[in-house]
Amino acid sequence: MTTPNLTDAGPQSASTPVGDVVLRVRGLQKYFPIQSSFLRRTIGHVKAVENIDLDVHAGETVGLVGESGCGKSTTGRTMLRLLDPTGGTIEIDGRDVTNLSMRQMVPVRRSAQMIFQDPYSSLNPRHTIGKIISSPWEVQGVNPEGGVKKSVQELMARVGLNPEHYNRFPAEFSGGQRQRIGIARALALRPKLIVCDEPVSALDVSIQAQVLNLLEDLQNEFNLAYVFIAHDLSVVRHIADRIAVMYLGRVMEITDSDSLYRSPRHPYTKALLSAIPLPHPSMRGQRERIVLTGDLPSPSNPPSGCVFRTRCWKAQDRCATEIPPLAEISPGTSVACHFPEPAKDPVSFTPPQG
Amino acid sequence: MTAQSTGPATAAGTTKRAFLELDELMVSFQTEDGVVRAVDGVSFALERGRTMAIVGESGSGKSVTSQAIMGLHSRRAAKITGHAWVDGVDIVNAPDAELRALRGTRMAMIFQDPLSSLHPFYTVGKQLVEAVQAHGEVPKAEARRRAVTMLDRVGIPNAARRVDDYPHSFSGGMRQRAMIAMALINNPALLIADEPTTALDVTVQAQILELIRELQTEYNMAIVLITHDLGVVAESADDVTVMYGGRVVERGGVDEIFSRPSMPYTWGLMSSVPDMQADRGKRLEPIPGQPPSLINLPKGCVFRPRCAYAQHVPDGRCDTERPALTPVDDGHDARCFLTLDQKRTLAVKATGTEEVA
Ligand SMILES: Nc1ncnc2c1ncn2[C@@H]1O[C@H](COP(=O)(O)OP(=O)(O)OP(=O)(O)O)[C@@H](O)[C@H]1O
Ligand SMILES: Nc1ncnc2c1ncn2[C@@H]1O[C@H](COP(=O)(O)OP(=O)(O)O)[C@@H](O)[C@H]1O
Ligand code: SF4
Ligand code: SF4
Ligand SMILES: [Mg+2]
Ligand SMILES: [Mg+2]
Repeated sequence: MTTPNLTDAGPQSASTPVGDVVLRVRGLQKYFPIQSSFLRRTIGHVKAVENIDLDVHAGETVGLVGESGCGKSTTGRTMLRLLDPTGGTIEIDGRDVTNLSMRQMVPVRRSAQMIFQDPYSSLNPRHTIGKIISSPWEVQGVNPEGGVKKSVQELMARVGLNPEHYNRFPAEFSGGQRQRIGIARALALRPKLIVCDEPVSALDVSIQAQVLNLLEDLQNEFNLAYVFIAHDLSVVRHIADRIAVMYLGRVMEITDSDSLYRSPRHPYTKALLSAIPLPHPSMRGQRERIVLTGDLPSPSNPPSGCVFRTRCWKAQDRCATEIPPLAEISPGTSVACHFPEPAKDPVSFTPPQG
Repeated sequence: MTAQSTGPATAAGTTKRAFLELDELMVSFQTEDGVVRAVDGVSFALERGRTMAIVGESGSGKSVTSQAIMGLHSRRAAKITGHAWVDGVDIVNAPDAELRALRGTRMAMIFQDPLSSLHPFYTVGKQLVEAVQAHGEVPKAEARRRAVTMLDRVGIPNAARRVDDYPHSFSGGMRQRAMIAMALINNPALLIADEPTTALDVTVQAQILELIRELQTEYNMAIVLITHDLGVVAESADDVTVMYGGRVVERGGVDEIFSRPSMPYTWGLMSSVPDMQADRGKRLEPIPGQPPSLINLPKGCVFRPRCAYAQHVPDGRCDTERPALTPVDDGHDARCFLTLDQKRTLAVKATGTEEVA
């Protein structure tokens, strides 16, 4: 594998650098082989992630959005080497980890952790909460100051769990509490980065708000960076500083949250946002929804040129032959489109009216 | 419309009933840990052509209510009292044969998970044809023609070809459409949609909701829409019922509920969701704690343990007395001891809603 020069500034897409880069990926690819049922020969590939460049800075939240199957989870898992990348490079906290063995990855996991959508299946039902939250220390051979029990109980208190429930089992907790357990476990090693894959999608809105507030507080306290994967666009807008919109394994647009919602530049982003229900009945009928025709193409056989062209109302001949690169079209905003939407003037913006 | 296939409208009685009318509906289950009062005295009325949204956290009794309307509870497992009138028939006391006849013709249901109503081993077409033939003597060719038309109607591309596909070869959104086709193929007058778009992407959700609205106009359906997404409610509902702990805690027209929410639980639901129109940095205000166990409901107001407004009610009434559902305005009721004035002023603070005169 050729390793591009990682210190190169690269196609830096968004100019809200908050702190040090804690995660840097360049040209990230992840293909899954498709095997024939007969002889198990590889007959093709699901191109789940294709050529992703991303920098995540200390203390910032980068949202990953897009429709089901577009590669968000695969991107998140590959960035943390929970899956082996097919191509590209990954740098975590300044260290190139692309080719490290799983054993070499162990110390790296101190700085980068993950929390998952399903608060039910991501916790071992036979382990007590105390054991679950302290497991990262065990793996790392760390002896927390003040002892394991005391440290776990501090973490429990910090995420809003009753420390007396140290010896209880996951089944005795509600969905929201289980998600707090997952967060406490991810925090145990004081990481710099947490990849959160749909962390609140399975929760009721009230509990979802509790967990979102907790994540925000922890970020402020520990200067954490989050990669926040979600399909709920209002949640992502709320929590993310920058947002990357994915389609068929690629980033179509990346920009700061306010610009994305105020003035989407990629046709796909525009269509996606236009589908969000307006929050008040008095706004009924005011939405100008862009209906995407046709189905999502298969990621094993993506369209030539721009992968969105089969559903794009602006597509021209050029879109079928030339891949639009993700290019910075205004400070902090990068778009992969030959014919991006014009920018809306921030001052003149008002919510859609009739 | 094929109207009175359901026998004489026995209990229509003297008072005019709404097309769908719940009257003090109660559903409880005997479990190892005790009696679960999943639905505890729910009443509402819904006419054809209108949509009632039921909102509330999980475990508040939304699905159990809708299953009772469909007559889906086993009489052994569930104890049901009160009434659920559908077009003059009391589902609670109707014989099983009559319930079966009603389901699929007069009333139908769609679920969050389309695979729960589509059988994996049969083609979509075969299942649709069976649904048609189960409720009348329809020749196979005619049933198949209706199946293709219906699939086309719900926006399945190449319906004539895809009708012979198995459910697993459909995408998530297409399965949801196929299930809607199945539910609607006999033109039901009542549709119950239990979280019909929760598992879907916003793009597909928008299409499905639009489709349901179109078909509603065409067939003049009454729709009960269960959802936890307030945006979906704002967009699709005429009336709203908010449930908490198995009871109705607030109900009213959709404009009223959004402009003048009148009790703390509804306020909490509204301030929990990020507001797309508001400043991004605004902190969310969640409802603290968790929903109650339906086996041991708290004394006093069921919402009391999570309520931040109880101190505005004198004499600790919230701790000892159960509030009744009382009128706030015409057709708008709330279950809370706060005075009308307090309901108004505190709502503005709690949710940022400006009162619309
Ligand atoms: N282990 C695997 N083997 C083969 N294909 C896979 C595997 N994991 C994911 N894929 C495929 O890769 C693509 C991206 O999947 P991924 O789970 O990353 O999507 P996602 O954006 O997280 O979707 P969702 O919103 O539904 O969670 C999909 O086409 C999926 O079917
Ligand atoms: N068959 C059953 N036996 C015992 N309890 C049940 C049964 N079905 C539902 N419940 C309980 O009834 C309550 C309401 O459930 P449900 O109506 O499914 O809630 P939701 O509002 O999330 O749809 C929950 O506490 C649930 O656990
Ligand atoms: S490159 Fe062409 S097809 Fe792709 S999004 Fe832009 S206009 Fe549409
Ligand atoms: S009755 Fe009391 S406890 Fe119940 S919602 Fe109203 S103020 Fe809160
Ligand atoms: Mg995923
Ligand atoms: Mg339910």
